[in-house]
Amino acid sequence: MALIQIAEPGQSTTAHQHRLAVGIDLGTTNSLVATVRSGEVDTLPDVDGSHLLPSVVHYGKDEVHVGLTAQQYSVSDPWNTIVSVKRFMGRGADDISAKDEHYSYSFAETDSSVPRIKTRSGDVSAVEVSAEILKNLKQRAVKTLGDDLSGAVITVPAYFDDAQRQATKDAARLAEINVLRLLNEPTAAAVAYGLDTGNEGVIAVYDLGGGTFDISILRLNKGVFEVLATGGNSSLGGDDFDFVITQWIIEQAGFSNIDDPAFSRLIMQHARSAKEALAEHDAVSINIDAENGSWQGSLDRDKLNELLTPLVKKTLMSCRRALRDADIDIEEIREVVMVGGSTRTLIVREMVAEFFQCEPLTSIDPDKVVATGAALQADVLAGNKPDDEMLLLDVIPLSLGIETMGGLVEKIIHRNTAIPVAKAQEFTTYKDGQTAMAVHVLQGERELVSDCRSLARFELRGFPPQVAGAARIRVTFQVDADGLLIVSAQEENSGIEASVDVKPSYGLSDNEIETMLRDSIEHAEDDMHTRTLREQQVEADRVIEALDSAIASDGDQLLSEDETEQINKARQVLVETKSGSDVDAIEQAIKQLEVACEAYVARRMNTNIKTAMQGHSIEEYAPEQSLDAKAAEAKVEE
Amino acid sequence: MAITLTEPAADRVKAFLDNRGKGVGLRLGVKTMGCSGMAYVLEFVDEINPEDEVFEDAGVKVIVDKKSLVYLDGTELDYTKEGLNEGFKFNNPKEKAACGCGESFTV
Repeated sequence: MALIQIAEPGQSTTAHQHRLAVGIDLGTTNSLVATVRSGEVDTLPDVDGSHLLPSVVHYGKDEVHVGLTAQQYSVSDPWNTIVSVKRFMGRGADDISAKDEHYSYSFAETDSSVPRIKTRSGDVSAVEVSAEILKNLKQRAVKTLGDDLSGAVITVPAYFDDAQRQATKDAARLAEINVLRLLNEPTAAAVAYGLDTGNEGVIAVYDLGGGTFDISILRLNKGVFEVLATGGNSSLGGDDFDFVITQWIIEQAGFSNIDDPAFSRLIMQHARSAKEALAEHDAVSINIDAENGSWQGSLDRDKLNELLTPLVKKTLMSCRRALRDADIDIEEIREVVMVGGSTRTLIVREMVAEFFQCEPLTSIDPDKVVATGAALQADVLAGNKPDDEMLLLDVIPLSLGIETMGGLVEKIIHRNTAIPVAKAQEFTTYKDGQTAMAVHVLQGERELVSDCRSLARFELRGFPPQVAGAARIRVTFQVDADGLLIVSAQEENSGIEASVDVKPSYGLSDNEIETMLRDSIEHAEDDMHTRTLREQQVEADRVIEALDSAIASDGDQLLSEDETEQINKARQVLVETKSGSDVDAIEQAIKQLEVACEAYVARRMNTNIKTAMQGHSIEEYAPEQSLDAKAAEAKVEE
Repeated sequence: MAITLTEPAADRVKAFLDNRGKGVGLRLGVKTMGCSGMAYVLEFVDEINPEDEVFEDAGVKVIVDKKSLVYLDGTELDYTKEGLNEGFKFNNPKEKAACGCGESFTV
C-alpha cells in the first residue's frame, strides 16, 4: 500500500505520476540527501538513523562499500578506500601529482589525462567513485519515498569550473539520476535559511566544508537572489585543519614511522576527534597506542586556535577579495550564513564574526543546510509548487573567451556575469585566402593563453577564400543555467558553422582557480605590457606578410634594385626588433618600414587603379559615389 | 457522514500545517484517474469552497467536496511508517479493490 503525502492546493498528482525530487549535497567529507514531504523539508536518514553519508568508497574483493562501512576500512585497507574524492573531480593527472601527497591511495599511470585511482577492482576515476556515493543516496531516497525519483538538484561549490561541473553531471548520469539542475552550494544555503522571504539586503555565505572553502556575496532584491560575487579556495577545508593538527601530533610525539598509510590515517582520526571535542571542551587528551608508536598528550583550545588561525586568515583574505569584486563594504553585509561542518570550530565563528562585524547565522545544522536548500529548489523545479516563486541567479566564476593571434585571450563573457547568458562577438581572418579558423576556448582572467585554462578546441572549415579581414566569423558563447558552456562559430558570408559543447579537457592547467584569480591581480601590469607587445608583434607580422605577398606579385616590375635593398633593410630591422620585448622599438621599426615602402605603395595603387579603370571613363564612377553617399544618409535616418 | 483521523495522523497534519505557516486545514478527495479507477487526493487548504463539507476531528479541519464525500464517507486517515517510508494511509470501508500498489481503487 503506497503511503500518501500532503500536496499544495491543486498540486495533487494522479496515481503513479509522482513528482519526487530530492536535493543532494555531494560533499568532500560527507554527503546528504534531502526532500520536501507534506510541505516539510528534511534530510533523509539511513536505516540506522544517520543523516550524513561519509563520502568514502571502499573497493572490496566482491563488493563496493559506501559511507560508514567504507570508512571502517580506511585504517585496515587504506589503499582501496577512497576519501575526499571530490577534490579530484574534473582535475587532471598533473593537478594531483603536485599536491595532496597526504592521500594514502595511489594513482595509476595512464595515457588518459583523467587520473585514475588504483584499487583491487581495477582503476577507477573520480567520476565513478562519486557515482557510487550518489547511487547510495538515490537508493536511500527511493526506499524512503516509496517510488523512483523524477529528479535531483545536486549542489556544487560556486568555484567549480566547467570541467568540475561536467564531471559532477557525469557522475549523476552514471548513478542514473536525472539532474534537474546543478546549484551553487552557498545559494542553496541562503534558500535553506529562508532568506528569500526576509528583508532585502546583502548576504554573505561562508562555507567551510571538509575540502573546499566558498565565500559568496548575494544580494536579495524583491525575493530574488542575485549572486554578486563568489570567491574561495577549492583546496582548503576541514581536511587541512586535521592535517595541521596531525603534523603537530607527529612533531610532539616524535613519530618517524609516518610513511605507513594506516598509521598516518590513525593519527589523522585522532586529530579530527580532538578538533571536534574542542568545540565543547577547553582541552582534550590524545591517546595514541599503535604498533608504529604510542603517544599520550593533550591539546587545549589556545593551541588549537594558534594552529588554525593561519588557515582561517586565508579564508578571510578570500572574503575580502569577494567583497571587492562585489564592490560591497563590510558594513553593507546584513547577514552572514555559516555552512559546512568546519564552521562548528569556535575559532572560525569568532574570526568570521569579527571580520564581518556581525553575529553569523548558525541555527540550522551547518552540515544539513546545503542539502536542505537544494531540496527546496528541487521541489520547485519538479513542479510541486503552485507558482515558481524562487528565481535563482548564479554567476560564472571565471571569464570565458577565445584565443586570438599572438596567443592572446579575447574575453567574451566576463566573470561574475549572471547566467544563463549568451554573448556573441565577430572575428575575422588574418591571412589572404584563409579558409579555416581554429577556435580555442579558454577560461581565466589572464591576458595570455598560456596562463588560462584550456576548455576546448574546434575548427571552422571550408568557408570561401577572401582577403584578410573580409570574412566575418561570429563566435557565440552560451552558458546554461547549470553553468555549462556551448560555443558556436559561423562565417556569416557563407553561413558555414561549427559548434562544440564544452567537453572540458581535464587538467590542462596546474593552476587552481584561486591562484588564477590572484595571479590576474598580481600580474595585471605585466599582462598589460605583454598584451601590447604581442599586439605590436602581430601587427609587425601582418605588415611583413602583406609586404612579402606584394613583392612576390609585382616587386620585380615596380621596384629598382636600390629600393628593393632599402625595403629589405627596413624589413630586416623589423624582423630583428619584433623578437625583442621593446614595444616602442617595434612600433618605430614598423613606421620605418612603412616609410621605406611609401613610394612602392603609391606606385602599386596607381597601377591597380589603372588596371581597374581600363576601358571605363571617370564619369562612370562619379554617380555611383553619390549614390553611396545617399545610401549612407538613409541609413542614418533609420 | 463523517471522516476521522487517527491520533498520529492528526499530530502530523498539525505539525505540517504549523511548519507551512498558513492554511486552514486538510483536503481529502478523489480523482477519477489511475489504473484502478480512482485516486486519493490529499492537499493543504488555503480557501474553503462553497461546495465543500467541513469536518473537525482531533483538532484538525478536514475539508471534502460533496462529490468526493460519496466515495470517502466513513474513511479513517492514518499515518504510518513502513521501513524508511512514511506517510498517510486511507482506511476506506467503501474501497472494494485497489490496484497492486494501492494508489488507486474502486468502490
